[in-house]
Amino acid sequence: MATDNILKNLILKVWRQASPKDKGKFVTYTIQNVSTGSSFFEMLDLLNDDLIRKGDEPVAFDHDCREGICGTCSLFINGKPHGPDNLITTCQLHMRKFKEGETITIEPWRSAAFPVMKDLIVDRNAFEKIIQAGGFVSVNTGGIPDANAIPIAHDAAEESMDAAQCIGCGACVAACKNASAMLFVAAKVSHLALLPQGKTEATRRAKAMVAKMDELGFGNCTNTGACEAECPKGISIANIARLNREFLVAKFQD
Amino acid sequence: MSQIQSNIPSGPLTEKWTQHKANLKVVSPANKRKLDVIVVGTGLAGASASSSLAELGYNVTTFCYQDSPRRAHSVAAQGGINAAKNYQNDNDSVYRLFMDTIKGGDYRSREANVYRLAEVSNLIIDQCVAQGVPFAREYGGLLDNRSFGGSLVSRTFYARGQTGQQLLIGAYGALSRQVGLGTVKLETRHEMLDLVVIDGVARGIIARDMVTGEIKRYSAHAVVIATGGYGNVFFLSTNAMGSNGSAMWQAYKKGAYVSNPSFVQIHPTCIPVHGDQQSKLTLMSESLRNDGRVWVPKKMEDVERLRKGAVKPSQIPDEDRDFYLERRYPTYGNLVPRDVASRAAKERCDAGFGVNETGKAVFLDFKYAIKRLGKSVVEARYGNLFQMYEKIADVNPYEEPMQIYPAIHYTMGGLWVDYNLMTNIPGLFAIGEANFSDHGANRLGASALMQGLADGYFVLPYTIGEFLAGEIMKPKPDVNHEAFVAAEKDVLERAEKLINIKGELPVDHFHKELGKIMWNKVGMSRNEKGMTEAIDDIKKLKSEFWKNVRVPGKVGELNQEIEKAMRVADYFEIGELMALDGLERNESCGGHFREESVTEDGETLRNDEIGCYVSLWQHKDVNVAPQLIKEPLIFENVELSQRSYK
Amino acid sequence: MDRNLFSSSIGKKVIVAVSGAFLMSFLIVHLAINLTLIIDDTGLLFNSAAHFMATNPIIKIVEPILALGFAIHILYTIILTLQNMRSRPVRYARQDLSGASSWASRNMFILGGLVLTFLVMHLFHFFIKMKYTGDPLLDVKVMIDGELVKNGYLLVSSFFKDFLVYSIIYIVGAIFLGLHLVHGFWSAFQSLGLCNKIWLSRLQTVAVVFAAIMALGFSIIPIYFIIFF
Repeated sequence: MATDNILKNLILKVWRQASPKDKGKFVTYTIQNVSTGSSFFEMLDLLNDDLIRKGDEPVAFDHDCREGICGTCSLFINGKPHGPDNLITTCQLHMRKFKEGETITIEPWRSAAFPVMKDLIVDRNAFEKIIQAGGFVSVNTGGIPDANAIPIAHDAAEESMDAAQCIGCGACVAACKNASAMLFVAAKVSHLALLPQGKTEATRRAKAMVAKMDELGFGNCTNTGACEAECPKGISIANIARLNREFLVAKFQD
Repeated sequence: MSQIQSNIPSGPLTEKWTQHKANLKVVSPANKRKLDVIVVGTGLAGASASSSLAELGYNVTTFCYQDSPRRAHSVAAQGGINAAKNYQNDNDSVYRLFMDTIKGGDYRSREANVYRLAEVSNLIIDQCVAQGVPFAREYGGLLDNRSFGGSLVSRTFYARGQTGQQLLIGAYGALSRQVGLGTVKLETRHEMLDLVVIDGVARGIIARDMVTGEIKRYSAHAVVIATGGYGNVFFLSTNAMGSNGSAMWQAYKKGAYVSNPSFVQIHPTCIPVHGDQQSKLTLMSESLRNDGRVWVPKKMEDVERLRKGAVKPSQIPDEDRDFYLERRYPTYGNLVPRDVASRAAKERCDAGFGVNETGKAVFLDFKYAIKRLGKSVVEARYGNLFQMYEKIADVNPYEEPMQIYPAIHYTMGGLWVDYNLMTNIPGLFAIGEANFSDHGANRLGASALMQGLADGYFVLPYTIGEFLAGEIMKPKPDVNHEAFVAAEKDVLERAEKLINIKGELPVDHFHKELGKIMWNKVGMSRNEKGMTEAIDDIKKLKSEFWKNVRVPGKVGELNQEIEKAMRVADYFEIGELMALDGLERNESCGGHFREESVTEDGETLRNDEIGCYVSLWQHKDVNVAPQLIKEPLIFENVELSQRSYK
Repeated sequence: MDRNLFSSSIGKKVIVAVSGAFLMSFLIVHLAINLTLIIDDTGLLFNSAAHFMATNPIIKIVEPILALGFAIHILYTIILTLQNMRSRPVRYARQDLSGASSWASRNMFILGGLVLTFLVMHLFHFFIKMKYTGDPLLDVKVMIDGELVKNGYLLVSSFFKDFLVYSIIYIVGAIFLGLHLVHGFWSAFQSLGLCNKIWLSRLQTVAVVFAAIMALGFSIIPIYFIIFF
């Protein structure tokens, strides 16, 4: 383990919003003696511990696995989703990425499709609806052939896995200047379209998921690539091209 | 004392499940539509059960505390899932998987359950592939396997270091499909806080809407608990922050037995604690032990130089490295089961050879694998784990060895269930990690995913029919029944009481203190004195909690502190029962290491005379000690022997 | 084909991509003709080409289609941009996209607007005069293939020789166009799904080359007249 230092003083500019209807505002806090070996959330735990002891309301934020895989955590830190480091979620962000005395701005994801519920917590139910519209292979439990009955080329499986890594955190939407969900949809469409099991209903899936995405208030993709750059799993926008292709082929066939 | 009805079918081991299935009652499609089932939890067990039950035609309502079912903590499982496919032609079989699991569990699980698990394991792989899980493949297009601890064959299927995530996405997809079809009603950000029992039968739950804070009633013909384990009693664990034992505990308080609560798995390869601000621990997959070698320095002066930073670990020559697992267990080497590997690490650290500033870490070194296989192969196998390690520890594991230390990972104990996965409360089922059934005193790696999916896809959908067949004439229970009213009132009062204490200290303070007691006295190494003290310490801490905790805000709003407070209130009681259970079990077995029961060379010493049982704890009144009932474990097919991995 | 295609987000992007690609093909032709200005300082080549373009029946058909292409490209980018503005009603207090995406890609609408402004100006300078209003310089007719035609060369060359400010504006306009194309070129392929992981970076490289050729090509004309005349 690397040797940890202590950040004696940090200034936090945190978005506070009591409820979805509340207007919300930034509140500035100072925090002392944070170890550089602590994660960003451990720093926020420290802040909340302090706030509670002082009789204030702690800051509400989403987090769960704290190891970068569940996709629960969000946070727009210093102008970037998941903060100033690449290929990580906020829970994997460590305080060694910040400097003594630095002012850290913490905001929730901003998107019409992700309304703020409280402080830094947003509602990402729109992603659920998109998956429910078709982000699966329509098989019931049971009556399945042997797993090795369908060989899948190594590279196809790997490429599918690259897309399947999506954790549904919403950083792509948060980073996109248009708050578009194309990378999220593209990752799911690609994951399944690349496998023979998912190919069967690939066109139906692409149409259903895009229709649902359009309905939910996400913006349109303008290919800026910010989603890929900020994706904690580094999912490529080449998947968006695949989605466009799948979708267009499907629509032209109709 | 009531009679224990484990409902294990008679007949030869290999025929039990087949015979049992043939005898199970089946509900007609028309009647399934009239039956409601509540599933709590959306991990591998909960999601697979919800989707499978809905596909069959039942009306399912599924709950999770997360904002999406896909985030349940099964998602964090890294290494893989076992199945007895024998694709590698290395003489694997259902019987071998069964034997490995029974032995790995140190002969403290039911033969029939474990055999069934091994039997359905193959179906799981088929199912997952059909759902589009992108398992690793050979260039020929067939599925690849890797090895895991406690086994001499390669039977672990994997999707890079994200197998749990990929399997969960498969089950989540199946569940989402049913939600889209309207057969599953999904309640996200809802936490179960009580079980409703009417006339001795589970009829619903009380849940808190974590967005509005509203306490709500939900009724059904049966309730399935799939809420995972209670490892967070220890505060620091590899569990998600929200993983909790409250559903199990409320069921216990309504009369369900809790079994083997002291059986906790301590995973040997986690990233060590960095300091007081630590909030949780991160697992490094067991699969790393396939290619990584575990060592500490042989010489104390090297340990000191390492701590001072005067020397890098990579600079210590091979002859000065103590590969203690290979030294002590030549047959299994670095692939000994988790409990064995964890204790061996503790033994070296207790002897003073721990390698980081705290003295609580050992090395996991990939130098040899990189030399043997090349960096690109190692990167293909473990790239994402290495990246994860580097982000957290700020050390590049391609150049310097990883530092690892054991941490709480999984709880083998849980709600007692019979062969049908039903608890002693009719209509209440428990699946996955939430039940006690398949892993005995220690779970083998890559078996949790297997059990969760086995229960959800291939066991519960059959066995639940046995109970529900008797319910077809009964209407959906009325949520205005007095039992619902009383349970709701009880939950609300508990929550209000916590808010109204208005003490000095935050919930986390108490949780951390509890964790310390548990880790020090009911952790990797236990004795009578320690556990007796622990019970006392927990009682004191609990009473302090109820006097001096500060929970800001209101019940009726989004309030993360009240969520935590209600869970921690249950953790005290769970912790106490764990210590009590550990105290009662005066033998070492699997993860339960009693210092009073040790072989000459420091290994666990089982005592089959007194230890061949499953403990069933029955809740009595508040302030009355729970009653212990023992279900004897009968081994008809397996000869009990001391586990040896030497 | 599903008629709803073009009401979907991807469908609208396809329209922008196809119209954009069409406009790019026009740019290639336009630049090719314009470069004759600097190849031949008698203006013979340019005037021949201009005459051909003005009289060829196919070009007469293509001309309104080209105008329509512009209109559609502009209309759909306006629709998409308005929708995109609605997708984030509360903006970030602090946003740093510098490392995540190119400046051009984030400012396509603005760049497009600037190119459009330039285009209108450009039409007034040359196209409208040549086609409708006329100009004394155009009337200094030249003989091409036994026919007296308008002297476009004189109009253009005088314009750049006489007005340094306009020359600079044209250079700036060409740079805006280049920036618009750096993103627009590969983006069209991406929107049409004609891209994958390997071709992504290749197309982006081609886009830089294409945009540079366009920007330099169109700039070189005013530069040529400033320097040599």
